[in-house]
Amino acid sequence: MKYEVVIGLEIHLELQTLSKLFCGCSTTFGREPNTNCCPVCLGLPGSLPVFNRRAIEMAVTVALALNSCIHPQSRFDRKNYFYPDLPKAYQISQYDRPLSGGGFLQIEFDEEVRNISLERVHLEEEAGKLIHSGESIMGSEYSLVDYNRAGIPLLEIVTAPNLASGREARLFLEELRSVLLYTGASDCKMEEGSLRCDANISLRPAGQKELGTKVEVKNMNSFRSVELALNFEANRQEELLSAGGVVVQETCHWDEEKKETIPLRGKEGSSDYRYFPEPDLLPLVLEDSFINQIAATLPELPASRRVRLKEQYGLSGSEAVLFTVNRPLGDFFEAAAKLYSDYKNLSKWVRGDLLYQLRESGKTAAETDPQKFAELLTMLDGGEINRPVAKELLTEMVLSGKSPQKLVREKGLEQIAGDEQLLPLIEQVIAENSDAVESYRQGKDKALAFLVGKVMAMTGGRADPGRLNEILKEKISRG
Amino acid sequence: MKLYEQTASSLSQLLQNKEVSSVEVVLSFLDRIELIEPYVKAFITHTPAMALETASVVDSRRSGGEELHPLAGVPIAVKDNISTRGLRTTCASKILENYIPPYDATVIESLKTAGLPLLGKTNMDEFAMGSSTENSAFYPTRNPWDLERVPGGSSGGSAVAVSTGMTPLALGSDTGGSIRQPASLCGLTGLRPTYGRVSRYGLIAFASSLDQIGPLSLTARDSAMLMNVIAGHDPLDSTAVSEAVPDYTAHLEDGVKKLRIGVIKQNVATGFDPEITAAVMKTVTLFKDHGAEVDEVSLPLTDYGLGAYYLIAPSEASSNLGRYDGVRYGYNHGGDNIETMFSATRGKGFGAEVKRRIMIGTYALSAGYYDAYYLQAMKVRTLIRRDYEAAFRRFDILVGATTPTPAFKIGEKIEDPLQMYLSDVCNITDALAGVPSLSVPCGISSEGLPLGMQMTASPFREGLLLKAACFLEQKRDPVSLRPRVKLPEGGEV
Repeated sequence: MKYEVVIGLEIHLELQTLSKLFCGCSTTFGREPNTNCCPVCLGLPGSLPVFNRRAIEMAVTVALALNSCIHPQSRFDRKNYFYPDLPKAYQISQYDRPLSGGGFLQIEFDEEVRNISLERVHLEEEAGKLIHSGESIMGSEYSLVDYNRAGIPLLEIVTAPNLASGREARLFLEELRSVLLYTGASDCKMEEGSLRCDANISLRPAGQKELGTKVEVKNMNSFRSVELALNFEANRQEELLSAGGVVVQETCHWDEEKKETIPLRGKEGSSDYRYFPEPDLLPLVLEDSFINQIAATLPELPASRRVRLKEQYGLSGSEAVLFTVNRPLGDFFEAAAKLYSDYKNLSKWVRGDLLYQLRESGKTAAETDPQKFAELLTMLDGGEINRPVAKELLTEMVLSGKSPQKLVREKGLEQIAGDEQLLPLIEQVIAENSDAVESYRQGKDKALAFLVGKVMAMTGGRADPGRLNEILKEKISRG
Repeated sequence: MKLYEQTASSLSQLLQNKEVSSVEVVLSFLDRIELIEPYVKAFITHTPAMALETASVVDSRRSGGEELHPLAGVPIAVKDNISTRGLRTTCASKILENYIPPYDATVIESLKTAGLPLLGKTNMDEFAMGSSTENSAFYPTRNPWDLERVPGGSSGGSAVAVSTGMTPLALGSDTGGSIRQPASLCGLTGLRPTYGRVSRYGLIAFASSLDQIGPLSLTARDSAMLMNVIAGHDPLDSTAVSEAVPDYTAHLEDGVKKLRIGVIKQNVATGFDPEITAAVMKTVTLFKDHGAEVDEVSLPLTDYGLGAYYLIAPSEASSNLGRYDGVRYGYNHGGDNIETMFSATRGKGFGAEVKRRIMIGTYALSAGYYDAYYLQAMKVRTLIRRDYEAAFRRFDILVGATTPTPAFKIGEKIEDPLQMYLSDVCNITDALAGVPSLSVPCGISSEGLPLGMQMTASPFREGLLLKAACFLEQKRDPVSLRPRVKLPEGGEV
């Protein structure tokens, strides 16, 4: 039988606010443990939460960017459970009246555009962080807890069960990251835990409407792990079902080293979180004017940027993707395109030599001047410099920020344009390399390149290689 | 002149006229505490040094000609569920026995700014759960009118401290009657303000949607003066309202003419002690004789109030008290692993009544029961609010007994939670509706115990309640309402 994979993702991401969701404590990562804390985020007796307006603005921004419908009135609830990293023994979250409902995100998949629909987006608070002396909390002699993270605003994004493979899940996450980076809401560092993803995955016979038994997969620490873990789990379930077995509803951990999903033991049965409305907070009422104001300031989002780049500059799909994913590079391209209209050539240089130089030098596109870059290409097109010199200048330009004209003057790199300057040098090379001249005459084309190189070296690379070829051929014609 | 016998307002006058110093005032109360406290046990923590320090600062500022708050230099006692920086705040619980908050509640900051010397933290039912102060993990507080009787609760320590002249003013907290019931049982004025009128920041939560801090005092004027210090918006409490704060002392003597008074049928009920009902009706007549318009009103949902309250309050409590797990502060019993540590800490740290309410609340919020219990109770709460809204279209003030009986004997109800819960029956619906409610003395029983009348107004009309209470006081001498404490070894103080 043929099976169809059904995946739903639950994404948690830390919003990049300066202060926490319900108090004024800093959210800076990596501080001395338990120093970004106050009575509120430590849940000290008598303390009370107060909304951070910025966090709400950011949450609304993300929800709008995901085409999710903002609820004019949403509510915060308490999710009750005991755990040492949870200072109040409840998490302030949103249960049945979340910030927004529905929504979708567009992904491009095998040249096809797909809308992945979303269930909801809601806001909640982050818990603290535990470090165990042993393997787990139950097996450790002691555990340490750091509440610096407790109370950081956390956005939960839940997709509908409509992803069909590990690869689609990964593409979705990549697109989501792109959107989040564009909105400035999160730095999306899975390694630092600022973006986390759990997945529900089930299989059903192709064509069947009803969903199969799902398995929850946790502990996937990179987009790649998500893809690997879901593919592994899909295969495992398929083998199991094909062999006549049944899938057991359970929670698994992805084991990064063994590259397999391992069922979690111990926490059997679903917890009863005893949700009820948080009495310390009023319902969150969002006026239309507030929502519209945020909608009006939404930046251009990746999907529309890709379309625009293709239309405006005639770029290919992959070029548009690159200039969208690498936003600073795309911005650089667009700034240079205002001064240099051969977009194809510009794109080629930006994607190739510039990107290479940036990687080599550790500089960023934002540090490089697009105007000088456009000048460089214009000089090359006009024959003022040759290609090798252009590349050399680019290296210098990226490092020093100097203009190409200035560099050319400093280094005397103007292309030698007139034949009268080249001729004596060519004569000299022919005289000094009679063997090579002879080889060429006997039909070895390589020898010509050798001679060109010799002359080029004598000019410090400033000769026009095309013209040089022509003259040399003339002089030592195979007659 | 015995300073400790003075009301806060007369102390305020004496201090402002520089007839006495705040240090003298504080010393007088400290002497009184030394004499009376061993018999009544109203305090958990005494802070004489702190009080004297504040007093001397106030004295030097006043003698330096500074304009100070009228209550500057007038001492106060504070219920031990209000956080005080650097001073242990126990909630009368073993689980917080050694907990020292690193911050002040907003009301404590207000008291400090106004310059009220703090005499100590008062005894209470553990986590404010109870109606007799017998649920204190440390010791019960005794009613000075009869040492064999309870002072009411949960703010029993605050009530007794004021009643015996150990402090002229006290702060209590009222979740379902915890200010008004002990005020009634001890012969005091006690005000539960409108929900949101006084910041809860720093008040250790019992039931967040019901808890309110309020004053206990000998007179309505004293409560009004204290309300002027503590009422107002607080950016640290999302439920504190921004409604402007009036001067609560401004209209105290305006009288009750034209005031529309509704006698709540359910709160002068046949099952109540007839002496209380009679005292309430006599007071109502007094109002009528002085130009008030009186009629009867029924609040039919009162019968459901107690049931709704004992679902909502424990539900919130079960969540609010989850944080006492031994990880960060407070009592930790230890254990082999995290689960045994949690359960041993909570099992040993909480008293029986607190555990009972955590159990009830946990059950009421559980999947499968939520709709039938918590949600249903919330619906009742909404209907109770509407009951009040309808009543306040006809009346300015609703009145009835504060308690069905005067102070009961220590031990009398402690084994019967339901009987104990019923002692708050008149106080609970006001709390559910979030409206201001005040208890004022309205007589003395044949056994010599104080009787109280409860008056309720629509939101933010505390001033009206204080005015009506002040009117009643003018018909009697407030200080004569102080008990003579009969000592077990004979004699009176």
